[in-house]
Amino acid sequence: MTLPFLQITGLNKSYATPVLENTHLDISAGKVHALMGANGAGKTTLCNIICGITPADSGYMQRLGRPYQPDSILDAHHAGIRMVMQELNLIADLTVAENLFFERLPTRYGILNLEQLHTDAATLLHTVGINELSPSQKVGDLGIGQQQLLEIARALALPCQLLILDEPTAALSDPQVDLLFNNIKRLTAAGTAILYISHRMEEIKRIADDISVLRDGHTVFSGSAEIVSTQTLISHMAAPLDESAQGETTPAKTKPALRLRGIGRNERLRGIDLDIQYGEILGIAGLMGSGRTELLRAIYGADQINEGKIYPDVDKQPLKLKSPVDAVAHGIGLIPEDRKQQGVFLTQSIRFNVSFLSLNRLTNRWGWIDRVGEHKVIQQQIEALSIKCDSLDQPAASLSGGNQQKLSIARWLIRDCPILLFDEPTRGVDIHTKSQIYGLLRAQAAAGKAVVVVSSENSELTGLSDRIAVMSNGFLTATFEQGDWTSELITAAAFRGFDAARQSVHDK
Amino acid sequence: MLIRIADFLGRDFLGLVLVLCVLIVFFGLSSDYFFTALTFATMANQLPALLVVAVGMTFVLIIAGIDLSVGSVMALSGALLGFVLVELQWSIPYAIIACLSLGLLCGFGNGFVVARWGIPSFIVTLGMLEIARGGAYLVTGSQTLFIGSKVQWISAPLPLLSVSSGFVAAMIVVILGQIMLSRTVFGRHMIAVGSNDEAVRLSGISVRSIRVKVFCLAGFLAGVGGLFQVGYLQSADPNAGVGLELSAIAAVVIGGTSLAGGRGSVINTLLGVLIIAVLQTGLAQIGASEPSKRVITGVVIIAAVIVDVLRHRSGGIARYFKAFRRTP
Ligand SMILES: Nc1ncnc2c1ncn2[C@@H]1O[C@H](COP(=O)(O)OP(=O)(O)OP(=O)(O)O)[C@@H](O)[C@H]1O
Ligand SMILES: [Mg+2]
Repeated sequence: MTLPFLQITGLNKSYATPVLENTHLDISAGKVHALMGANGAGKTTLCNIICGITPADSGYMQRLGRPYQPDSILDAHHAGIRMVMQELNLIADLTVAENLFFERLPTRYGILNLEQLHTDAATLLHTVGINELSPSQKVGDLGIGQQQLLEIARALALPCQLLILDEPTAALSDPQVDLLFNNIKRLTAAGTAILYISHRMEEIKRIADDISVLRDGHTVFSGSAEIVSTQTLISHMAAPLDESAQGETTPAKTKPALRLRGIGRNERLRGIDLDIQYGEILGIAGLMGSGRTELLRAIYGADQINEGKIYPDVDKQPLKLKSPVDAVAHGIGLIPEDRKQQGVFLTQSIRFNVSFLSLNRLTNRWGWIDRVGEHKVIQQQIEALSIKCDSLDQPAASLSGGNQQKLSIARWLIRDCPILLFDEPTRGVDIHTKSQIYGLLRAQAAAGKAVVVVSSENSELTGLSDRIAVMSNGFLTATFEQGDWTSELITAAAFRGFDAARQSVHDK
Repeated sequence: MLIRIADFLGRDFLGLVLVLCVLIVFFGLSSDYFFTALTFATMANQLPALLVVAVGMTFVLIIAGIDLSVGSVMALSGALLGFVLVELQWSIPYAIIACLSLGLLCGFGNGFVVARWGIPSFIVTLGMLEIARGGAYLVTGSQTLFIGSKVQWISAPLPLLSVSSGFVAAMIVVILGQIMLSRTVFGRHMIAVGSNDEAVRLSGISVRSIRVKVFCLAGFLAGVGGLFQVGYLQSADPNAGVGLELSAIAAVVIGGTSLAGGRGSVINTLLGVLIIAVLQTGLAQIGASEPSKRVITGVVIIAAVIVDVLRHRSGGIARYFKAFRRTP
């Protein structure tokens, strides 16, 4: 039997409570090792320990049979170990090229050699197969999926023996996932080991050679991917869900909530007509960069639209939405895609994050916040979304990625807005909680609210929506009623916008 | 109940109280005069102006801004107070209203420019520092206006209490400020703007109006400071409060408020002000020269910030004591 590339035994780590307990993991060269587990199981903590970012309390790691004790990420790099972190760590004010080569920017006589930087970046992007990014774009202007791709490209830029990918696909759509998997196959063929973390079951089935499951910091399963069934894996990750609690909700009668007519914004949105209705879930599908986020932001007043109007419902004056303040006043809420930059207050407590939007409801006669009432409301949400935390006063930054995502959802769910726009609501959320969130969204729709969900996972949309609209290249290319859609039809529509753009150039 | 008090005051509170006690004991032992009623009465009378200005500064730092103009605005409002009392013979209530309104107006000017055009508050308030200082000279004709007994009541000891009404008013400002920060919606909004303003904007809450309000508050409190200062000196001095903004920032930062925004406490600012005041009075009494006083104060400020950073680093100080064992 050959020696594993990295052997981890008896690893322990505690913060307020134990996070990893006697964890073990063997990672073999040339294999894809999938690491699974519910939100807060300790996956990211384990990766951080492997990379020397967080110290372990005790435990032993061996790299190719030799003791391995990284004290910093540099030690990990020297040992041939690299990682794509769960949270994005790009510098928004620099360009794609500058971010790609940030630690080794090419210079000539001490002056930045932009020409070489851009050719290097173009070559790298080409090798990796990323065509949608150009080296001179500013990273701050990119969507979250594109930023994620950039992080992946950065990790692929240098050779390594172990590449850790912590939820690399959480914001990617199918073509980009394929692209990543091609790169992974290329690397494993060359003998690189991959540690792959994802909450998407079908990805694990496609790519994993070995699978380990973490549950509350214990390695509860480790074995070959071929012999284990999905059902076993799910039951290893968490206690089985109480299915009866969800049940089927009877669909409410729909009535118009918002009618968008000819919405346009800077080539990113072109002539969009769309009806949003109370009492239903409208899914918006599309590739990354197709304008889905822009559409939600335009409806929410976060970006100004150049053309078109938004009507509240039949026969009324168009809404004037100059800023999110106006949108909220009209009962529209947006849960943004980028939790780190736009959603969560990382340095503030869980209490602060969850109750932030509902404070006016929670004050007493003198304008004081009623702490007891606040506590009750928050506790409810923590249970409804299974947010894993030690106390309500813990800062949001100390929660696992998926649990941070739940914070920004919880905040809007208790706010009670009649129209809710969700941008990638389940990004980084584990399988069990995903179905809890679906249940909550359905309940919102059944209670007569209008729910709009943007997602890169088509299977999520088909399972959840009453109607699906598809965007492509800024156009709305199709809308499907329930039962009319197939995965092929959605994919075809997701590409159609590029033909439409070519057509309109021809016409001019 | 004790837990609730501790929760209200925050954990940093006890550390600061400890530092303050150590300083008081140290100066009490090294100087024969320190433990006298006179020392404390003098401090209590000098404090109010710095204290209210520092409370305003706390709010500004919490929203990740800075206000360099408070010292000049204080001088300008004080100058206006003296001018309307001496030259125009206004009655006290109207004069006070004029003084506070001018402070508020200066604060609004700062806040409006910062919020409307998104200009860093450092630059805007630096401009206001010059404008207000120049204004103070213009109003007073570059001379100290003597007012006299009309305003003496502000700093005269209250019957039964032996502290001035200015001091009492400043303490009320501290208490109201702390309640506003930790118990009201506006307080939460301030902290939110300081920790992630884009998230606040996308929550449908107007970041601009929060910024404007906070700068208004800082300006208004600088006006209150001007009132106290004039009461203490019994005259309006256009040179009053030079460098006061820096003492205020130092006091706030010693109190553990983060310059990066999103974290702060008014009660701890009070302790920061007391620490600076005790340090300066004490050093003067043990005969330290003016230059060495400044050196020592500077060292204390930097040390306080280092301690604060170490304590708030992830894992806290406990991390430094936890042995990292690797068992083969
Ligand atoms: N700095 C910290 N202080 C306190 N607790 C922490 C800290 N960092 C992580 N934790 C806790 O450790 C646990 C494991 O977190 P980790 O990020 O490893 O989870 P994860 O498996 O990656 O979850 P996810 O799927 O949501 O990304 C969580 O319960 C989290 O709250
Ligand atoms: Mg994680």
